[in-house]
Amino acid sequence: MNLRATLALLGALALALFVVGEARRHAAATPARRRFFRHRPAAWGLFVLSFFVTLAIAAPWVAPYGPSVTLEIVTLKNQPPSLLHPLGTDLYSRDVWSRLVYGSRVSLSIGALAMLVAVTVGAVVGAVAGYVRRWVDTALMRLVDVGLAVPRIFLMLMAIALWQRLPLALFVLLIGLTGWFGTSRLVRAEVLTLRERDFVAAARGLGAGPARIILRHVLPNVAAPIIVSAALGIGNVMLLEAGLSFLGIGVPPPLPSWGNMIADGAAQLATAPWTTLFPGLAIALVVMALNAVGDALRDALDPRREAEWDTDGATL
Amino acid sequence: MTELLLRVRDLRTYFVTEQGRGTARAVDGVSFDLHAGETLGIVGESGCGKTVTSLSLLRLIPEPPGHILPGSFIELEGRNLLTLAPKALRAIRGNEMAMIFQEPMTSLNPVFTVGDQIAEAAIVHQGLSRRAARARAIEMLKLVGLPDPETRVDHYPHQLSGGMRQRVMIAMALVCGPKVLIADEPTTALDVTIQAQILELLNRLQDELGMAVILITHDLGIVAGTVDRVLVMYAGQVVESAPTPELFARPLHPYTEGLLASVPRLDTPHPRRRLHSIPGQVPAATAWPAGCRFHPRCPYAWDRCTVEEPPLLDAGKGEPASHVVRCWLLAEPARRTRQP
Ligand SMILES: Nc1ncnc2c1ncn2[C@@H]1O[C@H](COP(=O)(O)OP(=O)(O)O)[C@@H](O)[C@H]1O
Ligand SMILES: [Mg+2]
Repeated sequence: MNLRATLALLGALALALFVVGEARRHAAATPARRRFFRHRPAAWGLFVLSFFVTLAIAAPWVAPYGPSVTLEIVTLKNQPPSLLHPLGTDLYSRDVWSRLVYGSRVSLSIGALAMLVAVTVGAVVGAVAGYVRRWVDTALMRLVDVGLAVPRIFLMLMAIALWQRLPLALFVLLIGLTGWFGTSRLVRAEVLTLRERDFVAAARGLGAGPARIILRHVLPNVAAPIIVSAALGIGNVMLLEAGLSFLGIGVPPPLPSWGNMIADGAAQLATAPWTTLFPGLAIALVVMALNAVGDALRDALDPRREAEWDTDGATL
Repeated sequence: MTELLLRVRDLRTYFVTEQGRGTARAVDGVSFDLHAGETLGIVGESGCGKTVTSLSLLRLIPEPPGHILPGSFIELEGRNLLTLAPKALRAIRGNEMAMIFQEPMTSLNPVFTVGDQIAEAAIVHQGLSRRAARARAIEMLKLVGLPDPETRVDHYPHQLSGGMRQRVMIAMALVCGPKVLIADEPTTALDVTIQAQILELLNRLQDELGMAVILITHDLGIVAGTVDRVLVMYAGQVVESAPTPELFARPLHPYTEGLLASVPRLDTPHPRRRLHSIPGQVPAATAWPAGCRFHPRCPYAWDRCTVEEPPLLDAGKGEPASHVVRCWLLAEPARRTRQP
């Protein structure tokens, strides 16, 4: 580990601490933020997430080596953690820490992008079904039933059968497009009650059309459950990505993702456990952090919790 | 009379209720005219079909469970609103005909600033830019007398009091300068002092902007100084209609008499205590009584009232149909003296 990488790592840690500190400092500003930090693990989760996001963004500075640089195939393979290689090296004499850092880019962005696709599709389908009702609702909800009944892994395997080497963009899209069913159920249920609210009738009375009502009056009012389900969903997508990459049908090597790092090291689990332990730890940390933040967001964004904590008005 | 704006004939809006409890005939044959600049009051107890009437005018009835029956007729300046395409209908809503809802606390979207909501109709109908829309919103807030409009425009509904929210609702409805404003119990949810302010505001705005207003209320006291003509509704029907001074001087329907008797006097300490002089309550819309729908609560009712439904009878002295009453007492005036 060279000086630049060490300094960059310390910088990333400092930045993550700074983010949490700033967030806490402004926490008193609104009741929603106060409720967020009432959750003890929330600050911790925020720290872990900021740290890994910083790593992902600053990967070229934090990582001492490139993600697939083989250092010295004979002498430097399967080295245990040392000062020079803090997380050791793998079978191909690649620096595990460097791959972990670059892998955060891949794993986090797959998680975020796939979730974005899933949440967008789920929110729109749920909102349309709940707002329009009648046969549109019936048709869409039967589709959701089918989607929930067919195992996701089966759909993924089918896609693999069609494209031997799945392009990464398609992989993300597939995860996203097979992951919106739950969200759409959730959004539909919220919209069914929202559409009866007076302000929706008022908006119709002002001449707003269905698209405008769904986008401006209905969806912003379900933002809270959508955001929460997205935060929790990213973790799931990351686990799925890891699982699929482990099976060799996810992110194609040598591009590192935390999932295929585990797959690469699985054979040496007994002799070089560090090659699988650290990426596994990273996945666990981030998924736990996302769950902590998701739980805290649920409280923070739910104005109905207002009465429990404060008396002043609700904010979203 | 001035130009005819809105012509409603035989409006019937029914709801098919769940669990097979039958059809709720919420509005059952309502007819009236509204002229430019006129104020029409629609009065009746809760459950008489006032809100459903006003929602029907804008075709805002949720379908299902509701539907407007064929044979009904709503015409705004020569256009039949019941056959209009959805797009043409939306061009009328909020633009030519706008509505203020009963509940100022729930009729505003909690996640948008009041400025955004006031500007909405202007953006939808006139394609205003965001900047122009904001300026218009501030202008509207000034018009409805909200103090400090430049600050208030960026506030969220929960930061405003009930009276302020109702002013915002009025601003929303008026932003496009509609020809017809429907105000559904605009003051019912408010304190008495605020009620007076809001009514005064509506009066002033009508004078300034020259629109026609349909003012809906369950309180005859509110219409006294405000409206030109009163439509008394009971059980989904018009039971009496007359110019305001005429109605107060010569109420002919026993229901109107009852409503008038229950108008709080200025000197009573409990102005909200209402309708104690009419025994019983409005029956469910699924089971209107046979004959005259008011007969179970009517002090004069006799056997004819229980079987034969009275039509709207003309009681006008001068102009024909200026004062109409749905009561057999008009045909047999002698019965009125046999008051219990
Ligand atoms: N969505 C609906 N479904 C079924 N019945 C309804 C619905 N809306 C109104 N009604 C019925 O219509 C009748 C008239 O209601 P409404 O117009 O709200 O009365 P008002 O405004 O005069 O108090 C009531 O008996 C009510 O039960
Ligand atoms: Mg009502």
